[in-house]
Amino acid sequence: MKAMSAAADRPAARPRVVIEPSRGWTTLGLRELWERRELLYFLITREIRGAHRQTALGLSWIFLRPIIYMLLLSLVFGRIVKVPSDGVPYPLFALAGLLPWTFFSNAVTKGARSLVDNLHLIAKVYFPRLMIPTAGAASGIPDFAASFAVFLVVLKYYGMPLRVEMLAVPVLFLLTLAFALAMGFWLATLSVRYRDVSFAIGFLLQALMYASPVIYPVSLVPVSAQVFYQLNPLSAIIQGFRWSLLGTGDPPGLAAAFAVGMILLSLVSGAYVFRRTERSVVDVL
Amino acid sequence: MSHLAITASGLGKRYRLSHQSARRSSLGHLSQMFRRSSADEVFWALKDVSFEVKSGEVIGFVGLNGAGKSTLLKVLSRITDPTEGRAVIEGRTGTLLEVGTGFHPELTGRENIYLSGAILGMRRTEIDRKFDEIIAFAEVERFLDTPVKRYSSGMYVRLAFAVAAHLESEVLLVDEVLAVGDVAFQKKCLGKMSEVGRQGRTVLFVSHNMVAVQNLCQRVMWLREGRLVADGATSDVVRQYLSASVSAQNERVWTDPNTGPGNEKVRLRRVSVKRADAGPNELISMSTPLMVEVEYWNLTPNAHIHVCLNVSNEQSMAFTTASNETDHMTHDNALPAGVFRSVCWIPGDLLNTGIHGLGVLFRQNGRKVVLRCDDALSFEVLDLEDRSGMWLGRPPGAVHPKLTWKTSYLGEESQLAAHDPEMVSLPGGTSV
Repeated sequence: MKAMSAAADRPAARPRVVIEPSRGWTTLGLRELWERRELLYFLITREIRGAHRQTALGLSWIFLRPIIYMLLLSLVFGRIVKVPSDGVPYPLFALAGLLPWTFFSNAVTKGARSLVDNLHLIAKVYFPRLMIPTAGAASGIPDFAASFAVFLVVLKYYGMPLRVEMLAVPVLFLLTLAFALAMGFWLATLSVRYRDVSFAIGFLLQALMYASPVIYPVSLVPVSAQVFYQLNPLSAIIQGFRWSLLGTGDPPGLAAAFAVGMILLSLVSGAYVFRRTERSVVDVL
Repeated sequence: MSHLAITASGLGKRYRLSHQSARRSSLGHLSQMFRRSSADEVFWALKDVSFEVKSGEVIGFVGLNGAGKSTLLKVLSRITDPTEGRAVIEGRTGTLLEVGTGFHPELTGRENIYLSGAILGMRRTEIDRKFDEIIAFAEVERFLDTPVKRYSSGMYVRLAFAVAAHLESEVLLVDEVLAVGDVAFQKKCLGKMSEVGRQGRTVLFVSHNMVAVQNLCQRVMWLREGRLVADGATSDVVRQYLSASVSAQNERVWTDPNTGPGNEKVRLRRVSVKRADAGPNELISMSTPLMVEVEYWNLTPNAHIHVCLNVSNEQSMAFTTASNETDHMTHDNALPAGVFRSVCWIPGDLLNTGIHGLGVLFRQNGRKVVLRCDDALSFEVLDLEDRSGMWLGRPPGAVHPKLTWKTSYLGEESQLAAHDPEMVSLPGGTSV
């Protein structure tokens, strides 16, 4: 009886799997990713729930983290170092930059470590491997949402208005996610062969943070260095967030379009490189 | 329904054994990166493996550790790539290489059912439909909302297997998952496995448990050093495999009366153990009666010499000893000098499975040990009985004699309270 009911919702044609040595580049396997999208959902919730269980403060951490970080930055850079903040209160300025930056740095770290961290899973069952770094990167979504809520509260505290341009936030967020995924794919691929990557990531992210306008405004960067500065897609993303949330700086232009191109290019190339190495991951790790 | 489910042709998997410990630790590695290291050893975990499996067959893979069984399952389940060859699988494939794949200790039983199910390839609706069945099988209803890290290991394993067992794939690849869990759980798993086989699904089953293989599989393939050496009916292949891999020494012969183990009084000439009911090279199972032969030179005339046998098992516990003092030939008679043969029969249904050691001891005048040879021989007792529907693990205990039982119905409690002298009085007359 049970077999009958099971047969009913089985796909009409039996899937046929061909197993062959991998040679060179393969497709991204997007169709398979789509078919197993439920698994991606479960992997993301696994990351999220697993991380917050058994902490005394539980979910309130996702609100506490941006608040504490904002207070620290405001004290050190706003009060002591007196970094200019384009005419908006420094806490708001910092939060608008932290919003994409925190998400990005966590997503890259998790994405890069994901293959090594999930080896026990990869070695025992097959599923589209791209899901592993993707789930790692996407697991920061609740934190992003919480930080955004904190931002809105602080905005209200300073009596600043909501702006129409805020509707651009989802697009900006997707770009942040895409860039984090791209970095995650590349670094995860490299970390399979070279465990050194996991040590290097910390330095890399720190350097990237100083090279991006997280704690200081772009206006502080010398004009002669501006061209190089704009090569960093993250710089464009953070400027986009500040423009959309606070109205500082220029609306996205040529530099932003260039950043989008860079992000898409690195995402697609990262995914292909990842796919190329994923089939030998189990043998190398 | 007899179309092919799996076709494998010329599958091979090569590993490079690079000597990493020295390389990975230093910057010298950077320079080596670009040279394709030729010092790497090449090792074929699988080579030229070809076979066809019809839909609905339950196939066992046997072989020693490192023979390539697990590698084959990993290749077929797409966890790792073959180096050469090709395989085609028709239908959805479920892989069960370990119990609890994807379980997260911090998540509850309920959450883990969905997570593990999704990882193994089930759809959410499928898990919803099977949810009650899964928790009933696992017997964890009360702990559904407890994190699995608080589960006892038995509960954990039951839940994990339950999820996997309800995976409805046309092809199921299973690796030695029965090695875990308690007796009751193993029974349950095996029951589920044979049910899966009866549903017409294809199962590839790797195990070291020959009893399980014999009871579950119709066909067995034997892998040795990465190659398929036999493929056929279960009992044939299992016997071939066991005969080739039994690591025992059933006979030892010393032809020269001056070099065998011994001294000026007595010297061993030959010891052997074999089935009492068949030829010398037949496999020994728990039910076979055995014949132990000891041949020796008695070098001093008119000596009172007795032979003793010590039987020990893998824990090297000498659990029994037997002497030929009761044999009328040697009982009270002094033996002339010359060659003697003492034969001892060990009845069937006595020894347990496993490798047994046999020690030989010679005594003079009933007490003085004149020669002691502790590991004269070893032999392996196999479990080849048909025990369908019963537990397939190793029976506990040093020996496993077949004892006589009789159970009879004595009626209801109230009826026998008044008179049943046999039940209530002990031989000493004290009543309880």
